[in-house]
Amino acid sequence: MLNIILAIFLGILILVLAVMAVQNKNIVVSIIAAGAVSLFASVLYLLLAAPDVAMTEAAIGSGLSTIIFFYVLNKIKRQDG
Amino acid sequence: MVKDSFIILVLIGVAFILANLFAGFTGNIDLSAVANHYAENGPEEVGSANLVTAVVVTYRGLDTLGEVTILFLSAAIVGFFLKVENKDHKNRELKYTSEILNTASQILVPIMLLFGAYVFINGHLSPGGGFQGGAIIASGLVLMFLAQPKKAIGHKLINIVESISGVSFVLLGVAGILFASGFLDNKILSLGRFGTLFSAGLIPIIYIFVGLKVGSELTGIGLSLRENQDEA
Repeated sequence: MLNIILAIFLGILILVLAVMAVQNKNIVVSIIAAGAVSLFASVLYLLLAAPDVAMTEAAIGSGLSTIIFFYVLNKIKRQDG
Repeated sequence: MVKDSFIILVLIGVAFILANLFAGFTGNIDLSAVANHYAENGPEEVGSANLVTAVVVTYRGLDTLGEVTILFLSAAIVGFFLKVENKDHKNRELKYTSEILNTASQILVPIMLLFGAYVFINGHLSPGGGFQGGAIIASGLVLMFLAQPKKAIGHKLINIVESISGVSFVLLGVAGILFASGFLDNKILSLGRFGTLFSAGLIPIIYIFVGLKVGSELTGIGLSLRENQDEA
C-alpha cells in the first residue's frame, strides 16, 4: 500500500517537473527539471522492481545528459554573445 | 488560436486511443512461454544469479552488441562534428571552480570509479552490469572534467581502451561459435558454483569489456564537448 502511494506521488511529481521543463523560460531551470524527472523516474523504476533500469536511468538520464546539456548551453551562449 | 485548437484536437485523439487501449487492458498474470523458459532454465543453462544479465548477455547477446554499436556510432559522430582546431587553449578564460566542487570531486571521483568497476564485475550477481557500470565510470570522469577544467586528458588513451574492448567483445563472441554452441555463448569457461564471483562462464569477462567500452565512449563524448567549448 505504501509503495502504491509513493509511486503515485512520484508520478505526479514527474509530471509537474516535466511541464516545468517545457514551460519555464529560463533554460537552466528547464535542464535541472529534466534531470530531476530522470532522477525521480529512476526511483520509480526501483519501486517497480527494475533495479537494472533504475541504475541506467540515474547514471545516464540525470547525471551525464544533464552535464552534456549544460556544456551545449554554454557553447550556444558563447557563440551568441 | 487555430494552432491551439489543433493541438487540443490532437490531444483528444491521443486520449481516445489510449482510453480504448486502457479499457481493453487485462494484466498478464502468467509469464509468456519464452519468459517462462528463461525463468526456469536460466540458472542452470547460464549460471548467472541475476537473470536480467543472463538474458542481456547470453540469450540476447546479439542485441547487446547492437546497442554497443549504436553507442559507438553516436560517440564517433559527436567526435567527428566537434573537431578541435584550437588545441593550445591559450586564449581561454576559465571561471574559478568552486572550492566545494573541487574538494568533493577529489573524494568522490575515486569512489565512483571503484563503484563502477564493482557494478560491472558483479553484473552476474547483483543488479547492474556493463552498461550501468560504464555509465557510472563516465559520470565520475565527467565530474573530474568539471572540477578541473585545465587538466588535460588525451583522447588517445580513451580511443585505445574503447577499440581494444570492442574488438575483444566481438572476438569472444566468435570464440563462442568455435568452442561452444553459438555466438556469445558463455560456456567456453566452466559455469562454476552458482552465485560466486567466478561463475556464469564468460559473462563477467564480457561485462568487463562492455563496461570499459561504454565508459570510454561516454567519457569521450564529455571530453569532446569540454574541449570544444571555445571553438567557434
